[in-house]
Amino acid sequence: MFNQNQLDAIDNVIQVNLIEAGLDHVIFMDMAGNTIAKHDNGKSHLDSTAFAALAAGNFAAVDAMAKLVGESEFSLLFHKGEKSSIHFSKVNDDTLLITMFNKDISLGLVRLKVAETIKKVNTILACE
Amino acid sequence: MALINVKTREVQIKIVYYGPGRGGKTTNLEYINKKYRNQIKTEMVSLKTQDDRTLFFDFLPFDVGQIKGFDITIQLYTVPGQVKYNATRKLVLRGVDGIVFVADVQKEQRKKNIESLNQLYENLETYKLDLFKMPLVMQYNKIDLKLTNIPVLSSQTMQKDLNSLLRVPAFEASALKGGNVILTLKKIISTTLASIQDQVF
Repeated sequence: MFNQNQLDAIDNVIQVNLIEAGLDHVIFMDMAGNTIAKHDNGKSHLDSTAFAALAAGNFAAVDAMAKLVGESEFSLLFHKGEKSSIHFSKVNDDTLLITMFNKDISLGLVRLKVAETIKKVNTILACE
Repeated sequence: MALINVKTREVQIKIVYYGPGRGGKTTNLEYINKKYRNQIKTEMVSLKTQDDRTLFFDFLPFDVGQIKGFDITIQLYTVPGQVKYNATRKLVLRGVDGIVFVADVQKEQRKKNIESLNQLYENLETYKLDLFKMPLVMQYNKIDLKLTNIPVLSSQTMQKDLNSLLRVPAFEASALKGGNVILTLKKIISTTLASIQDQVF
């Protein structure tokens, strides 16, 4: 369970690091499929509840595949679409960060921004 | 474990319908989705095989109001019932708060019910969860088959096979026709909420 200060700080990091960088949607969620924080640019709608359930399933399935090929984990996933793409990244053993972005933003920038965000979120989670 | 968000004042609870293949888990969710369509904001998500069997899970979220100022969202999941999909069943059980075990009353399914319940116990153990401490409701489904020539097991036999040690609430049901589907749902929600209230509030 996260406290109010942690949730505020996570919201702030996501907003400043990712949404202001031009990403469309960001969901911070647990591995059971529950949404902890969700942000968007206000321009498009997403059914984030169903999305989080499917994302957790997807990540869990790929994680199980990693074990089958002898990897301890595949810590990030990327799905490319024609107009928008999705990037999944593990934050820690219990949480995931999902970002959705359009073709105006490069995958390299997203990866950089996501890596920075994850570092900051882990720092926030470390301070109880 | 339910997710409690102190900032948005939301509680998300995960209830999983578990049981042997073709037992009626998805049919339970389909009935709930149809019955409460006006109160459910999102579409039911079903990941199916080509022949309409659950491949990964079905997912149906809905709001049940407030407790102590927190909005409660119930997320219903099913698991794939076929024996070969146990890895997937385990994944869906992650973070579970309450379980409905949907057993099939057909005589020929007797062994499969017991095997599935035993596997549920083992699968929960991998998450360090104890079936005996988990909010659980038994549903003996397809009771409408009593009116046909198909041999079915009596409720006493079902109780003896599946519920003699667990001693949890049990309902005879017909998921296809809706009989006791809602009663089962209400029971698992109230049992799960009571357990979460004990732990959290």
